[in-house]
Amino acid sequence: MERLTSIKEFKNLAGLIVADRKPDQPVIIINAGTCGQASGANGLIRIAKSELLHHHLTEKITLRITGCHGFCEMEPSVLIEPRGTFYPKVSLEDMARIVTAVEHGEVLADLLYQDANTGEKIEKQADVPFFKKQVRTLLSRNEKVDPIRIYDYIDNGGYSSLIKVLEKGKPQWVISEIKDSGLRGRGGAGFPAGIKWELLAKQSTEGDRFLVCNADEGDPGAYMDRSLLEGNPHSIIEGMLIGAYATGATKGVIYVRAEYPLAIKHLIIALRQARELGLIGENILGTGFSFDIEYVKGAGAFVCGEETALMRSIEGKMGEPRQRPPYPVQKGINNQPTLINNVETWANIPVIINKGAKAFANIGTKNNTGTKIFSLVGKIRNTGLVEVPMGITINEIINDIGGGPVGKFAIKAIQTGGPSGGCIPAELFNLPIEYESLTKVGSMMGSGGMIVMDERTCMVDVAKYFMGFLKDESCGKCFTCRKGTQRMWEILDDIALGRGTIEQLDLLEELALAVKDTTMCGLGQSAANPVLSTLRYFRGEYERHIAEKKCAVCARSAKKGKIAQTAV
Amino acid sequence: MIKLTINGLVVNVEEGSTILEAAKFFGFPIPTLCHMDGLSPYGACRLCIVEIGEGNRTKLVSSCTYPVEEGLKVRTSSERVMKARKMVLELLLASCPQSKVIQDIANQFGVRQQRFKQEHDDCILCGLCVRMCKEQMMAEAIGFRARGEKRSLGTPFDIRSEKCRLCGGCMYVCPACQLRCTYTDPDKAICGSCANIYPPCVEKEQFNDMMCYMEPCVACEIEKK
Repeated sequence: MERLTSIKEFKNLAGLIVADRKPDQPVIIINAGTCGQASGANGLIRIAKSELLHHHLTEKITLRITGCHGFCEMEPSVLIEPRGTFYPKVSLEDMARIVTAVEHGEVLADLLYQDANTGEKIEKQADVPFFKKQVRTLLSRNEKVDPIRIYDYIDNGGYSSLIKVLEKGKPQWVISEIKDSGLRGRGGAGFPAGIKWELLAKQSTEGDRFLVCNADEGDPGAYMDRSLLEGNPHSIIEGMLIGAYATGATKGVIYVRAEYPLAIKHLIIALRQARELGLIGENILGTGFSFDIEYVKGAGAFVCGEETALMRSIEGKMGEPRQRPPYPVQKGINNQPTLINNVETWANIPVIINKGAKAFANIGTKNNTGTKIFSLVGKIRNTGLVEVPMGITINEIINDIGGGPVGKFAIKAIQTGGPSGGCIPAELFNLPIEYESLTKVGSMMGSGGMIVMDERTCMVDVAKYFMGFLKDESCGKCFTCRKGTQRMWEILDDIALGRGTIEQLDLLEELALAVKDTTMCGLGQSAANPVLSTLRYFRGEYERHIAEKKCAVCARSAKKGKIAQTAV
Repeated sequence: MIKLTINGLVVNVEEGSTILEAAKFFGFPIPTLCHMDGLSPYGACRLCIVEIGEGNRTKLVSSCTYPVEEGLKVRTSSERVMKARKMVLELLLASCPQSKVIQDIANQFGVRQQRFKQEHDDCILCGLCVRMCKEQMMAEAIGFRARGEKRSLGTPFDIRSEKCRLCGGCMYVCPACQLRCTYTDPDKAICGSCANIYPPCVEKEQFNDMMCYMEPCVACEIEKK
């Protein structure tokens, strides 16, 4: 790849790529994110390749290997374009048949998706109920792009938002666009992104300014950020470039957890390609704008997703949160102004610039604009990543997209917001999903984990599981977080095993409120949520554990000894 | 100068000072364990929490780390603060009951029993010794390891650091102190400088006679359960 030295050269290249398109040629898309590979996508790729070579079809059929499309329950799945045929749970034998069918323009009726409720066969992906109700602004790009090919990204309008911004040449315009779009931080707290950017742009400190992409996604059962980084790493890079142009930042860091090897691999390749093309580095496209991005691998601590701990980790120190103020935007990495946004926030930036702030603000509700990706997991028929407009009700996600419960057991509650979030009972499923509404009922948006629990789930077990996670993952600096989570876990353990007393229940609540009040960072302040929200809605279950000295839900006697952790 | 209100009193303090410094200067007592003049603030023990803000938007922060802000309203002993502080003390007593320092503060706030499973920890991980070693003794011989409930204090691989000069500074500042006396096991990672004191305290029958500067020294007596 030759380094591009002007916007004109980029446009020429993009023009060449578009001219090379073959819109009528069938494309076999194999979904090979981490989840796809785990369920056998690599075997499918091998067979598809050998079939294409064997039958000399390489000029007639395109094979595209992409990141995750979102429908985890049906993986490994294959999508045929331009027709849009969707084949779920493809076996190795069927892959060869699919290649032949695509060659002859046929559809294999026996392999199609079957609706579990109606029994009807559905051919097109867009008609599958799981996809139908979603608004897949970000995720739909995953199936268009091979993450290790920058030309694929450019072909799909990639880096055109950056060009738009560079041509306009007004950083202030970018910030006002982001502000007008109403985009709020997707990492959980929901701070307006535009205001954060403006704060960085206004800093008068000399020297470096940092942009950080927080990809330290640690919530159990949540994997939105992984899928975005794996499936479309260039969208994050483009988002950060636009952010750097708007705020005057000079250095970018993508902090990605080491447990995501495929995401790291794709990110390294994407960064190298972007650097070779001259899209990051010195004097980008001859405009005089310079910005470079490096990546830092996390070392496995959940707390490093907290922004002050994350910055210390980037500096090479132990990941421990510190007091804010000073805020990162005042004093961050190496005491220089630093802006930290979540992966999903960065991925939304090119979309906003491309479609315009108004179009983005039209999706969702007034103070909660745009779409949000949730990872829907647990006791539900269709598990997977769902991208929905903000303000959609929980019911719609669970029943329309998720397909309702598996088997005869009714859904009892959902847990949102990761370990620091809370449980929302079925009575409240009419609640629209917004930052404020979730906080009001004792949970939170978090990064977007959504764990569905049915009648077989014991809520004390759930609280104990999350508390166990938090007691291991607290950094241990604040005494009340370290000891508080440990003591809460001890009490929950007692109650779960039928050794609890009613006094302990009061103590648990008192302690939970104290931990919430007296800790320094977000992890500690929300560490009590699993206890407080389950106590709020499922106090009866706790009391039954204490009164009957056993768990009525699990129907396991305390005498039998250990109760396995089956919460999630 | 920054103007703020502490317990209803309008005061002016220098920019860059913390709430704790301001409160102390104007005579409002705030209990602390992990704070010491001359060492950088850390905010680990959470005893020094105060309530800031007004109306429904108040919150508790550690006064030792929170910088003063113009117009800030601080309450050092509100009901919410006292309730939380008592719980912190209860947790401390549950972990480190033998510490005289902790007992005294607990007593001062009327906390005389705790409701958790009794533990006998050596350490509350307040980090005073780590900061003493780094900031005053320029040694950086000890530090924190691991996280969560596994967090502990020591040296890499538990081998005594070559940088340790046996100054005893870490023992001197320790509020929970069981670490002060490792005489019978002088190769232990942390200090053990009581071995340098003559006559060593363990040879004495009367603790009152010993040369140890910790008072009273009960740590070496307690058997761990």
